[in-house]
Amino acid sequence: MRNAFIAELTELVVTDPRILLITADLGFGVFDDFARKHPRQFLNAGVAEQNMTGLATGLAMEGRIVFTYSIANFPSLRCLEQIRNDAAYHDANVKVVSIGSGFSYGALGISHHATEDIAILRSLPSLTVVSPGDEWEVRQATRALLDTPGTCYLRLDKSKAPATHKPGDVFQIGKARLVRPGNDLTIATCGGILEVALQAAEVLAREHRIECRVLSVHTAKPLDVEAMQSAARETGGILVLEEHTVNGGLGGAIAESLLELGTIPRGFVRMGLRGGFASAVGSQEYLRKIYGLDAPAVIAQALKLSGKDR
Amino acid sequence: MDSIELARRIRKHALRMTSKGGSSHIGAVLSMADIVAVLYADVMDYDVAQPRWANRDRFILSKGHAGAGIYAALAESGFFAVERLDTHYQDGSLLSGHVSHKGIPGVEFSTGSLGHGLPVGTGMAYGAKLDQRGHRVYVLLSDGECDEGSNWEAILFAAHHKLDRLYAVIDYNKIQSLAKVEDTLALEPFVDKWVSFGWEVREVDGHDHARLKQVLDAPSASGKPVCVMAHTTKGKGVSFMENTVLWHYRTARGDEYDRALAELDKS
Repeated sequence: MRNAFIAELTELVVTDPRILLITADLGFGVFDDFARKHPRQFLNAGVAEQNMTGLATGLAMEGRIVFTYSIANFPSLRCLEQIRNDAAYHDANVKVVSIGSGFSYGALGISHHATEDIAILRSLPSLTVVSPGDEWEVRQATRALLDTPGTCYLRLDKSKAPATHKPGDVFQIGKARLVRPGNDLTIATCGGILEVALQAAEVLAREHRIECRVLSVHTAKPLDVEAMQSAARETGGILVLEEHTVNGGLGGAIAESLLELGTIPRGFVRMGLRGGFASAVGSQEYLRKIYGLDAPAVIAQALKLSGKDR
Repeated sequence: MDSIELARRIRKHALRMTSKGGSSHIGAVLSMADIVAVLYADVMDYDVAQPRWANRDRFILSKGHAGAGIYAALAESGFFAVERLDTHYQDGSLLSGHVSHKGIPGVEFSTGSLGHGLPVGTGMAYGAKLDQRGHRVYVLLSDGECDEGSNWEAILFAAHHKLDRLYAVIDYNKIQSLAKVEDTLALEPFVDKWVSFGWEVREVDGHDHARLKQVLDAPSASGKPVCVMAHTTKGKGVSFMENTVLWHYRTARGDEYDRALAELDKS
């Protein structure tokens, strides 16, 4: 996803002098082409995320669209107050980009697990929170954020779903994308773990005749409430899958909206992290398995939700 | 209005505002009043008819707790009606205790949490440099807020990029929230720190208007960003508030208010 982001931004920067990309000294080799071609629109601010975000705000207030870049929680939680007080309160055009959502950097340990960022950032007034599921969505999201005023968070994953877009597909901030049609159950997800949702949906259809509607809810905020209401009304239940804590994440956002609207799905499951910090060591794939976020776990929950586990 | 009269009015307004609304930080406003008055009366280029005029000099009050002083300076400089100051810190007012830009013409940037102003001002100065524009960026910091690491990130950055139109002005009154700076987290040798970080440092009596005008107005002689180390007296202008920790938070009421006002009237 990182490469898709930078490839898209490298295209956009050619015709948009407002763009400025700031990294906090991460992205080895990734920005070489961008920096060589557009040296005035690239900046390494050093290992200093608070200053990077303040700088970005100052630059945005002077008319630029600034992308701040680092990995895991460094561009978000490390400088959360700068995002809140500086960028967001001033409606500054700062796009915070983090590579390494969820367990992307699994084996590096909990400092590099971005597993609370959606909950924390979606609670900030006026922030747009985007977590794409595949590379097409990353490129579309990067482009769309340029036209989304104010402060945004773009959450990029190491993992990704295979290309699922079809000709004519439209990407819109705040609109969930139907990746696989179905009416038996809904699997709503965000981030690269969309790949797990699709694997599970495939098995559920083939072996259990359960046709899942798979939604890439790439925008956690503003949430596509209509798509969630349709899922609640038209399918047998909603299973939310996220590589993130269940507290306040995408599942929480969906539950809050539906309950408030009085649209109650027939069943509702939040699949995410529950048991404290993930201290097990391993790859993204391994940690998904350990913490119950792999395809077999999704299949088991889906069978339970549909009453076919008995 | 000359800077001496503006400073006197800032002090009187701030005393009345903090007393009426019951807010803190009068000592911090009195400390910086001369710096702010010189900036608004004699140094900065701005246009009250167009607060967002592109070529204005930018001013950020990083020590946002002294917001009453900025509101007073802006009102007296013509950005909004002086009568609005009477609503400060009260229900329904636009003037919050820490400075906010929402609905207030002339406020460049909202602050209140310390250590935010300098990075943002640095971004503004970096942008101006990229665009080869000539306006200046002034950030007024307290000494206590230099405990914040974010400032030192910005100090490194501004020096590295030679942002010579950026002025960090330190209101160095040597007293912070609970105690003296040197008894809390020692900053000395403070000037040496800025010098070693690559800034051009100008030390000045922060209540001497003629000298303040000189050091705040003169362009960088070295191509480095400029640090104006303004030695000030916390609570300046009210004898019983001067150099005390107490008046960081205390609100002047009754007899205290009358005595303070009388002293400022005489000044």
